Amino acid sequence: MSKMTYSVPIGPVHPSLKEPMTFNFKIYGEHIEEVCLAPGDNHRGIEFMGMQRNPVQIIYLAERICGICSASHPFAFCKAVENAAGIEVPERGQYIRVIIAELERIHSHILWAGVAAHELGFDSVLYLSWKAREVVLDTLEILSGNRINYGIFMIGGVRRDISTEQVSAIRKTINYYREVYGKIEDIFLNDPTIALRTKKVGILTEEDALRLCAVGPTARASGIKKDVRQDQPYSAYADLKVKAITPDVFTGEVNGDVYDRIVVRLLELVQSLEIIEQCLDNLPSGEIVAEKKLVKLLNQLKRVKGRGVGRHEAPRGECIHSVKLEEAETPEVWKARAPTYNNLMTWVPMLLGQQIADIPIVIASIDPCIACMDRVTILNKDTGQKNVLTKKDLHELSVQKTRRITP
Amino acid sequence: MEYMKSEEIVELFKGKFGDSIIDSQIESKKEGVKKNSYNTIWLEIKIENFKDAVKFLGTIQFPHFAMISGDDLGDKIELTYYFSLYYGERFKEISLNITTSLSKKELKISTITDLIPGAQTAEREIIEMFGIKVEGLPDSPNLFLPKDFAKDIYPFRRDEKGIYPLSKNGKYVGDNIVKREEEVKKS
Repeated sequence: MSKMTYSVPIGPVHPSLKEPMTFNFKIYGEHIEEVCLAPGDNHRGIEFMGMQRNPVQIIYLAERICGICSASHPFAFCKAVENAAGIEVPERGQYIRVIIAELERIHSHILWAGVAAHELGFDSVLYLSWKAREVVLDTLEILSGNRINYGIFMIGGVRRDISTEQVSAIRKTINYYREVYGKIEDIFLNDPTIALRTKKVGILTEEDALRLCAVGPTARASGIKKDVRQDQPYSAYADLKVKAITPDVFTGEVNGDVYDRIVVRLLELVQSLEIIEQCLDNLPSGEIVAEKKLVKLLNQLKRVKGRGVGRHEAPRGECIHSVKLEEAETPEVWKARAPTYNNLMTWVPMLLGQQIADIPIVIASIDPCIACMDRVTILNKDTGQKNVLTKKDLHELSVQKTRRITP
Repeated sequence: MEYMKSEEIVELFKGKFGDSIIDSQIESKKEGVKKNSYNTIWLEIKIENFKDAVKFLGTIQFPHFAMISGDDLGDKIELTYYFSLYYGERFKEISLNITTSLSKKELKISTITDLIPGAQTAEREIIEMFGIKVEGLPDSPNLFLPKDFAKDIYPFRRDEKGIYPLSKNGKYVGDNIVKREEEVKKS
């Protein structure tokens, strides 16, 4: 019998990337033999738009690059402009920035845990974890007025101070997560079915992660101790002891599989709680922003000739912005790079040799927003007959596999 | 592992490439209450030695590659490659940015994907956005722009091949969008 392969395209709508994404798979039986990535169906040209605006306007554009990382992009962008213009951020401003960034990490990681559970067919876990996520979103609303797109970053500092009542609200949130963390860890790391579905699945070796320049939890789960918060003393992280978390802390070994990525993200939840607590304990007093008057700030930026780079560890990994100012109202160059841009290619070694039913969880494991799987076509090459698998069908396949292997 | 200081890295590059290094700068930034600092190195190198410089960087440590940014300066395009060294150790990371300029008459650069495979996405982006030929990278359909995007029009260029009439500080530079809209209307 001749060997017959099927071609399976997945995509293209995918909101967490700068561009939506299509995957083309060559399938033999149940196994993936070839992976082809085709992003770019809806490039928004945000950098181009930014280059027609002034730096303060860009902050709000940067905030909207990603709905989840709406603190990370302005953080990196403001750092880039501050480096170019030589602006010093007041210490209190630096601490508030870190508190917001870490609260964002908590909500992003819990959101991811819920999505991962959903992909495996544990919908009650999805509801329970997203219920827990509400608490941190409420806290962000208390601090900034918004659940996402906080609008709190400004070149030279932050726009809103944290009051004593808000500090006690954050402490209450920390205590809440300390209480529920035990449950979350128990569900994800001790459940035999989740272990069966995620161990030895979607492996990314340390060498591949290094060569493909992976970032964030994806790189750390493969054993690379890379974390901008640890590597570069920026903002309040310069005072804190942040250590890159690799899965061997918990399991004693590094496999680089989906399970390890779950371990890293869950341990980072605890780490974020510790960071916020340290920040609250040592919160310096004083100003929160270097220049309060916007007109004065814009005039100052208009006279700057220079370039700057800003790196920040977003929930998904290193987020980097670069700015070149040429004594004009608008920047000459603004380049933004989201972490998934670098993690894109790691999908290829992860997916090769896996089963169709594992596609959802492996793709979800690097933490893109998983709304991408809107339509899947299975094409029978010999007859030209098309079978379209919707996201629902694909999800059903994944759920069936979980039921099949549940001990 | 031995860690070199930023000055030592710059000296190493200057010793190896001599006059090819057009410019070098080290920026230091102090942050936090304890004022710990981190360094950023900016190197500008002639295009002939660019690939060798990336190869040489690999002898220090396998560098982490972040992205490429570009700037159309009229008669040339300036590309900056962002790397970092000594990642994975507390406060040791050094950002190293290598800039090189390509003349508009000869818009080509050799690929670095044979040294760093992770650079592929970024190289594809400069092909599409600036119309630079990357030697050694196989052809592929557009990754970022639509598959049927106009040929010979490059969004980040500020000359007659750019897309938007108001590309540079409000100056009228090209009329590609207008032309294309008229074409669409006719058809």
